[in-house]
Order: sequence, then C-alpha cells, then structure tokens
Amino acid sequence: MKEIVVISGKGGTGKTSITAAFAGLAKKCVLADCDVDAADLHLLLQPQVRERYEFSGGGRAEIKAEKCLKCGLCRQLCRFDAVRRPADGSSFLTVNSLACEGCGLCVHICPAGAIEFKPVVDGEWYVSDTRMGSMVHACLYPGEGNSGKLVTLVRSRAREIAAGNESDYLLVDGSPGLGCPVIASLAGSDLAVIVTEPTVSGEHDLLRIAGLTKHFRVPTVVCINRSDINPAVSDRIAAVAEAQGIKVIGRVRYDKAVTEAQIAGKTVNEYTDGPVAGEILAAWHRIIDLSEGKE
Amino acid sequence: MKIAVASGKGGTGKTTVAVNLCLFLADAGLQTTYADCDVEEPDGHLFLKPEIISRRRTGIPVPQVDPEACNLCGECGSLCRYSAIVVLKDRVMTFPELCHGCGGCAYICPARAIAEVDRPIGSVDRGNAGKLGFISGCLDIGQAMSPPLIKEVLKETPDDGVTIVDAPPGTSCPAMTAVGDCDYLLLVTEPTPFGRHDLELMLKAVRSLPMPKGVVLNRVNGPDAAMEEMCGRYDVPILARIPEDRLVAEAYSKGLTAWEAVSGYRTVFADLWSGIQKDAGRCGE
Repeated sequence: MKEIVVISGKGGTGKTSITAAFAGLAKKCVLADCDVDAADLHLLLQPQVRERYEFSGGGRAEIKAEKCLKCGLCRQLCRFDAVRRPADGSSFLTVNSLACEGCGLCVHICPAGAIEFKPVVDGEWYVSDTRMGSMVHACLYPGEGNSGKLVTLVRSRAREIAAGNESDYLLVDGSPGLGCPVIASLAGSDLAVIVTEPTVSGEHDLLRIAGLTKHFRVPTVVCINRSDINPAVSDRIAAVAEAQGIKVIGRVRYDKAVTEAQIAGKTVNEYTDGPVAGEILAAWHRIIDLSEGKE
Repeated sequence: MKIAVASGKGGTGKTTVAVNLCLFLADAGLQTTYADCDVEEPDGHLFLKPEIISRRRTGIPVPQVDPEACNLCGECGSLCRYSAIVVLKDRVMTFPELCHGCGGCAYICPARAIAEVDRPIGSVDRGNAGKLGFISGCLDIGQAMSPPLIKEVLKETPDDGVTIVDAPPGTSCPAMTAVGDCDYLLLVTEPTPFGRHDLELMLKAVRSLPMPKGVVLNRVNGPDAAMEEMCGRYDVPILARIPEDRLVAEAYSKGLTAWEAVSGYRTVFADLWSGIQKDAGRCGE
C-alpha cells in the first residue's frame, strides 16, 4: 500500500477536487480527509457514516466562582491571556475557552483549589463508506484546537483499514499552510503531491511547502492546477520545481466544469470527460508509474 | 480600529481583499497598517512590495534544567500536559518542540532548577509600503505552532489608525488567534459549495466572539440564494459582492493588485469601507 498525501501550502488551489478525482481513478483505495478544520471531501463523496467517535484533544480550565478568592494569581501567570474579567463587570475571573491552551498551570497553582480541568470534546471523527472505498474523516468543532492530534488519529485509522483490506493506495487530503495539521498529515508518507497554481503566491508558497516535504524527507511531485491562467508563471514554477529535483506530474487547465462538478456533488472525472478530466487522468498515471518505480 | 480578514476555506481572496482595502484606506488619507498573520504562508508582501526596515526573531520560552540544582522531584513532569518535560530516574529530559511555553515547570519547580530559554520559531518583519505601515510574520519551515508567532505580529500593530489583519485560513487555533481581539471581522468566501460550507463552519466558530461581522463574496457571477439565506440566518450582512473578473485573476497571478490593474475596484472597496463603518456603528449602539 502506498500512502499519497495531497497538500498545497496556499489554500484554494484545488487539493480536494484533485484528491477526489484521483480516488475515483484508483482501483482499490482508502481515503483520509485530514483537512479537519475545513473538511470538504464529503461534499463530493457523500459518505455513509459507519462508525462515529468523539475526539477530545485535551481540556480547558474552569473557575468555580463559589470557591474563588479573587486573588488573581491565575490571571497573572497565564501566558495565553485566557483568564479574563467578564464583560458583564462581575469581579469574578473567567477562563476564555478559545484562548485557553489547556496547560493546567492555573489548576495547579490556585490557592483555593477553585479551578477545575474539564475534558472537552473538540470534535468527531468517522469511518464511512463511499463509492470510492472506505473514508476516514473528521469534523473539528468550529474554533477548537488540537487539529494535529485529530489528523494523526484519522490517518492512523485510515492506514489500518488500508492495510486490512489490502488497498493499493491511501489517499490523504491535507490542509493548507505548513503548520501542525500539515506536518501531522505529511510525515512518513510515501509521496506528497503538491497542488499549486500559477500565481506569485502559488509559486512563493510552493517553495515553502517543498521545503517542508524535504525537511520530513517525503518524496515530492507537483501538479500545476489552472495552469493556463498564466502559462509563463506555470513554466517558471515547473523550472523551479525541476531544479529542486521535484517532478511536475501534470498541468491541469482552468475549467468551469470543476466548480460545476462540485455543485453536482461529483468528482471532475465523473462529471465530464473533457480535456480537464484527461489531464487529471494523465497526472494520476504518472503517480502510479512513480509509485511502481517505473520512472 | 482592527479589522481582521478571514475565511474558513483557503484561496477565497483574503489577501486580495486585505491588500486592496489597505490601499483604499491609505489613499483616502487614513493611517493604515497591514498585518500579515497568515504566518505559515505569508503572501501580502508579494503584492505590497514593502521596504522592510527591521526583522525580529521570535520564539517560545522553553525549559532548560540545571542538573546540579534539580532534585528529580518530578513535579514539572506531572504538571506538563504536553509531555515536553519528562523526569527519569537519573535525569530530566525536555522536548522543546512539544512545549507550548506556559512557563508552568519553571514557576512550580521547588528547587528553582528550571530557567526558560527562547526557542526561535519565526520572524516578524516591519516596514512600509508607500503610505502603508507593514508588519508580517513568517514561521520557520518545520515549525508546527503558529499561534505564538501570530500573537507577536498582533503585539506590534499600532493602537491608532486602522489595522487590517490578514488571517490564516481554517477555523482552528491559528485563525481564532488572529481574529480573537479585532474590532470588526470580515469573512471572505466564494459562491461554491466548498466556499459556502466553510463559511458556515467559520460563522459557527466566531459566533461567540463579540465583534460585529460582515461577509465579502468574491468571484461572484450571479445570484446565490443559498448563500444569502445562510448569511441571513446567522444575521451577518453581505457587505460586498466582488464580480468574477479574469483581469483581476491575471493581475493577481503576476503580483499586481486589483487596485492597480482594474479601475472599477476603487468603488468596490469604497463601498466596502462605508459598509464596515455603518455595520460597526449599528452593532455598537
């Protein structure tokens, strides 16, 4: 089984549309949606949820007003400015749950024992069936943290399933950026496919995300999406990538059919057999050849 | 006034809106600062082309244990919820990448054996782009934690004038850190199923935040009843509808701003600014 992660650095370059199309082209695959704080793959694949689990990444501090001595030590020591005076003018301090990092220092130092550490459910994750195969996905409750932990959970369950049913591929839809959820979805993969676009920011962000895949020693290829928006920048991206030993596995044109497929809840290749689908298919064939060592 | 520009989905046009709004405000004579808090992939400089005056390295305070002073009591290890400090039989091990910098171990150590040292995670640049103030954070490649760096960028924003905060995509801790303390929140999205779905996640994420919020629809090419209905349901006004325009996309691809490339954009951002002022006033009453 080969584990292929689709990432981008810059957001909105077409990761999810391309991952879904690849899934339809792969014969035996398992999917993992690791963009846990803005997951969209389910909109194209309509998963039937088979198993549902709660995710708790940690906990939050909570001050019990009846025990609080109002000494303010917690507020003084909290490095995350999470202990605040409430807006209603009350003299009791409260913990802002968005700012609370869950370190537990206030719980430990409170002289009155007035602060409790409450485990918090930060999200849910699911094992589902789709027409492409099994899919593991998650939903981080809006505004919650610990997305890296949730990504690790999703990925390891997807790996188990892929190993268990002898899948050829595990396709991982990553998140934008290069911080904790990206590192969690990338480290230890067999291949990273960077989806970029021919814009100055696409180019800039490609170099940073390629630096990250190099840092984690993950073999990397690039797919240039909407390549005809600016062919000159596409050529420049291709040259920069090749100079770093990164193969360009495909150029996919801008086509309104990609958005139309999204609206229809289908993958691009299910929706159309036009040239854009052919270009995605060609990119997928390059990935197969690379993973079978034919290149 | 601090205005954060955010979106659940990436690539919807946050930076385009933030940069062009800045250019409009500066042109209108307001003291304006652009603050790039998308520290994992900061791109504002590609369009504003600022002159950088200073660069400051910044980091997370992590523990350094003095083995002579340490009596291996184990209190630090049992406090730390991130397993960043572990007490063994004969020594204490630290894992700086796991440390969130809460300072708890150093504070509670009965033997005063723990000092804190800075572990760099990125840098904060300051400069000017014409009349605009410019601040931008850039996370070092391989670093996982962006919120501490985002806070450092926000610390440098001025109290007076208008600051436009370009937030990272998503709905989790980095985005929440960037928008948490702003006075107005602009949510940028595009009229696609992904754009609508992720806007709803964002609207849920920011529901408990006190500041007024408005939506900017980007790349609009017709009415979108489902989007209008959803914004109505969350009681968030749509302040601007930016038409889909290949000229803008091409300008963006070259690192030009819509402001420079397309003359009609002045009105779009003038309207957006008056919409923000009116909406901020409405919520303040």
